[in-house]
Amino acid sequence: MTAFRHTLTGRLLADPLAVVAMLIIAGMVMVALLADVISPHDYSAMNLVDRFSPPSATYWLGTDNLGRDTFSRLAQGSRIALYVALTAVTISGAIGLVLGMIAGFGPRWLDNSLLFIFDTARAYPTIILALALAALLPRGLSTVVIVVVITSFSEYGRVVRTQTLSLKNAEFILAERAMGASFGRIVFHHILPNVLGPFFILAAMNLPVVITIEAGMSFLGIGVPPGTPSWGATLKDGFDYIRTTPWIILAGGLPLILVTLGFTFLGEALRDQLDPKLRKGR
Amino acid sequence: MLQYTLQRIALALGIVFVAISILYTVMITLPGDPTTVLLGPRATPELRAAFRANLGLDNPVHVQIAQFWGRIASGDLGTDYNRNRPVAEAVFSALPHTMALVFGAIVWSAVLGIMLGAFSADNRNSWIDRVTAVLSVGFLAAPSFVVALYSLLLFSVTLRWFPTIGAGEPGDILNRLYHLALPSFAIGLAWVGYVARIVRAAMLETLGENYIRTARAFGLPRRTVIYNYALRVAILPAVQVLGVGIGGLLSSAVFAEIVFSRPGIGSLIYDSVSGRNYPVVMGSMLVAIGFFVTCALIADLVNAALDPRHRTRS
Repeated sequence: MTAFRHTLTGRLLADPLAVVAMLIIAGMVMVALLADVISPHDYSAMNLVDRFSPPSATYWLGTDNLGRDTFSRLAQGSRIALYVALTAVTISGAIGLVLGMIAGFGPRWLDNSLLFIFDTARAYPTIILALALAALLPRGLSTVVIVVVITSFSEYGRVVRTQTLSLKNAEFILAERAMGASFGRIVFHHILPNVLGPFFILAAMNLPVVITIEAGMSFLGIGVPPGTPSWGATLKDGFDYIRTTPWIILAGGLPLILVTLGFTFLGEALRDQLDPKLRKGR
Repeated sequence: MLQYTLQRIALALGIVFVAISILYTVMITLPGDPTTVLLGPRATPELRAAFRANLGLDNPVHVQIAQFWGRIASGDLGTDYNRNRPVAEAVFSALPHTMALVFGAIVWSAVLGIMLGAFSADNRNSWIDRVTAVLSVGFLAAPSFVVALYSLLLFSVTLRWFPTIGAGEPGDILNRLYHLALPSFAIGLAWVGYVARIVRAAMLETLGENYIRTARAFGLPRRTVIYNYALRVAILPAVQVLGVGIGGLLSSAVFAEIVFSRPGIGSLIYDSVSGRNYPVVMGSMLVAIGFFVTCALIADLVNAALDPRHRTRS
């Protein structure tokens, strides 16, 4: 058992919150993969006779104003949430990683200009920028991804820059340099692996943020196109009929809360395991 | 300190200038002719041309940006063509509502968060500490607009304790606060746990410092040492985080304003976007970004004033 706890997976499995978090995330991925199999109804099929049905054996979470099955729509929505989160985090992470390393390695003026760019990008409040861009860009998932990338690449950039700066003059790097290691070797063999720990923690913590931004934008009607079963769109449908059919809002908010909880707990657990220095007050 | 202050102010001004200029450039260069929106699809080409010339849309991009900042410098945020009023009027009548919402959320969440954090640090590993730790991550994870929707459903629609729409009667402070309570609760909830965690961590660090040990050795009461000496220093990181967090709160405020049908910058931008009302969108963005950068700047300066080590950090 002691040997087992030396591996990262082993230590995560010893943390009850991490286990719960991983179960939630695994559940979400399963639902997303099997959405078509587990959905009792077609997510877009309208059934005007059964509109506003309360939860029942036929409609587990009730139906909306067009008689569409809420459960099937939410199951399908997990695909959209995962797709947007993974795409946006990958793109903004990649941009941040490259810019952060350039800032860390580059001359003073380049570092300062990149820092200024990071600060400027951070000055846009996410949802307000989303609204402004919604007036200009077509409605769709790519607009959501663009908004997320603009407002979040600087976070990765800052973390990677700080990490690179502190490693650049570390003794083992100086030793490598003295032995004549090439620039590429130092960057890819020594700096990069050390930067990736904090980088992945940040990425894991950002996944639920992106899922929330997508749902929020879809709730405001500036995210997915009409008819797409995003969680935010379901919440919007529920909001319009909050007085008569509260179950749509109740059901629509649950997967969002569960998934953000799952990713946040996992991110916390990862941070505790991978980066003891960042551990706060334990 | 003076040099640091001036540097920070210059940087903040630069950030606002660049952020808005980029947005303005995108807005005027992207396809989509504002004249179509304003004059309708059936306007004659001559009318469009005259209108474009009148608005200065024929000039090259950099001239348009210079003209834009020239107008801003003279206090003119543009004209809201849809409702024929100055943009400044629309924006500055909405801003106080948003500020009340954001500051309301900060005040209640900071007070409760600081108390919880200090108490947790004081009673380390007690059950309250453990519950606070789990709840704080839990609250942090709950998306603010879901919290807003759920609290609207529970407290306004079902229990009818709070009003569902509007910002209350002008001039009636109590009525205003009554309308403010639920929205600021909804967007502040995530911050309670966050502030509590930060204060707790800072407290534990501070309690290990030499001067705290000295104070204890002098026989000062435990309460005085913890809540007067240590807490004063432990609040600082929370101040910094709250200043930067205004950006997130502004985003949450958009949802709260729409869910609770309140006036404010968020609902102003939201309405302008659906009406393709570009001048109002631009004016609101300018004010929103300016407000955010100012708050972050103030938090930065307050920290620097209270903790000189902060000034040398790049």
